[in-house]
Parts: sequence; C-alpha cells; structure tokens
Amino acid sequence: MTQTQAILTILTCGIATILIRALPFLAFRKDTPKYIVYLGNALPPAIFAMLVVYCLKDVSLVSGSHGIPEAAGMTVTILLHLWKKQTLLSIAGGTICCMLLMQFIF
Amino acid sequence: MNRQSLDTLKAALPHTIPVMTGYIPLGIAYGVFMTSAGNPFWYPTLTSIVIYGGSLEFLTVSMLAGPFNLLQTFLVAIMVQARHLFYGLAMLEKYKGAGYRKWYLIYTLTDETFSINCSADIPEGISRYSFWECISRLDHIYWMTGCTIGGLLGQIIHFNTEGLDFVMTSMFTVILLNQLLKEKGHISAWIGAAASLLCLLLFGRDSFLIPAMAVIVLMLTVFRKPVERSGDLS
Repeated sequence: MTQTQAILTILTCGIATILIRALPFLAFRKDTPKYIVYLGNALPPAIFAMLVVYCLKDVSLVSGSHGIPEAAGMTVTILLHLWKKQTLLSIAGGTICCMLLMQFIF
Repeated sequence: MNRQSLDTLKAALPHTIPVMTGYIPLGIAYGVFMTSAGNPFWYPTLTSIVIYGGSLEFLTVSMLAGPFNLLQTFLVAIMVQARHLFYGLAMLEKYKGAGYRKWYLIYTLTDETFSINCSADIPEGISRYSFWECISRLDHIYWMTGCTIGGLLGQIIHFNTEGLDFVMTSMFTVILLNQLLKEKGHISAWIGAAASLLCLLLFGRDSFLIPAMAVIVLMLTVFRKPVERSGDLS
C-alpha cells in the first residue's frame, strides 16, 4: 500500500466512525419519536452489561490462566465497591489484583 | 483560564483518572504496535485524531498491511464501530441542547467517554455541557498523548503492562454496579447480560456484538411496559 492509499484507508475508518456516532443525531434532528426516547433511556444498563461481556470476550476458561485473574479482579472490584463505594478505589484494587496475578502467578 | 472553566476542570478531572490510566498505556501499546509494523511514527497520532476509537485503530494496522480496498475498509469499520450507535441513542436527549459543542461531543463519543458522560452526576453550579465537553476533551488528550508517545517509542522500549487493560473492564463493571444500585427492576441490565452472553456463545467473539445489539433492542421493545413500570428509566 502506498502512503496515499494508507492515508485514504485511515480517513475512511475515520468517516465510518463519525457516521456511526452521529447517525442517531442526524436521524432524529427535530422531534425524537417516543419509542426512540424510551430506547435511549432504557439502554444504558444493557449497554454496560454488554460492554463488560465485550471486555471479557477473549478470556478462555479452558486454556491459559482459565480466566482466574479476571474473575479475581472482578470480585475485588465488586466487593470493594459494595463496601466503600469509592469508584477509583474499586477500579484500582481490581486492576492491581488482576495484573499481579497475571504477571507473577500465571 | 477563567474561574468557571477551572471549576469545571476540577469537577471533571477525577472522573477521567481511570480513563487516563487506561488510555495512556493502551495508546502507547497501540503506537508501538503500529510503528513496529513498519508504519511512519506519526500514523498513531493521525489515527488518534481522525479515527479516535481504540479497537478500530488496532485493526487499521492489519488493514494497512492488506490490499487497498476502501469499500471493504468502510464496511469493516462500520461493523467494528456499530456499538457506538447505542451511545448516540442514549445521549440523544442529553446532548440535544449543547449548541456548537454538540458535534465535538458526538465526534469524541468513545466507550469510555460515553460511560462517564452518561452516568456522572454533575455538581451544582457547573454547566452540564461544559462538564461533558471537558470530560470529552480530557479523554481525547489522554488518547492522543498515549498514541504519540507509542509512535515515538517504536520498538525501542519494552515494558510489561500485561493485565493493565483490565482497568477498562473494571471501570465498566463499577458503572454497571452503580446503575444496578440506583434502579429497582434491573430488567435492562439482565437483558444486556443475557443477550450478550447468548450471542457470544452462538456467534463467537468476533461477530457477537451486532446480533447482541439486535436482540437487546428487540427485548427492550417486547418488555417496554414492565421496564417503564419498574421506573428504571434514567
């Protein structure tokens, strides 16, 4: 691929990304239909559940570290959060736990 | 910087710390990956501005190594980024009155920025649009910084960040947990989890997102009455 072709490829990816992000705003410029407003309000918890699954999609339960570091990291995050409700602390605790397990044990 | 924007920055910055810890190392990793594939050092910076979407940027590396085909590139990019449709839908009403800021807010609507802007409580006395813009700009700066450093480092330095990407998983988990603690019915969260897991099993990790999104929309439509009645709507 020449440099011009490479830059065109990158630009195409950029245009696709902006289009996807802007599509709902372009489609519903004036009055948003009630159904779409409902979807917009009802979606967030479903999206976050989907994102958690998406983040964990490459974890294999049958090979490598069997997902143990990730499971431990999730547990620490959830417990810390239920206990202290300090977002940064929960995230840091879970991440450090997962990193230590991955780097030193598995 | 005037008083008001300083207050906004003070309110916004703490929310973006997890994103910073995620974006900078991830950006560096991506930058190193991109340049070590034989691309110029400024490509990561370029993609961080033009594309600004982690997974697609990683994918660009293999696209650049393949044949030149803009239509295919466009279709793949649309598929990879499809989940961003949901963010636009969820922020539709919130961003509506943002005026000239709206297009920057839309352009920078990444997974992480969406997560914060969708869920953060905005302190009193601070304009929500300035707050959201500040979050979006900080996140964008972190990502550009990481990518640029990575591009410059190239193959020179190797460091062990294994497991650091869990910071994003952990952040989404905490936000999900906050949503669950706030609402009563949890119908939407259950639908999201069940649809995603089911589609992951059925379609595999590379192509489960789009069917999962379709199932989520379908189920939310079918269960509209109970969801509305449970009062879980944000």
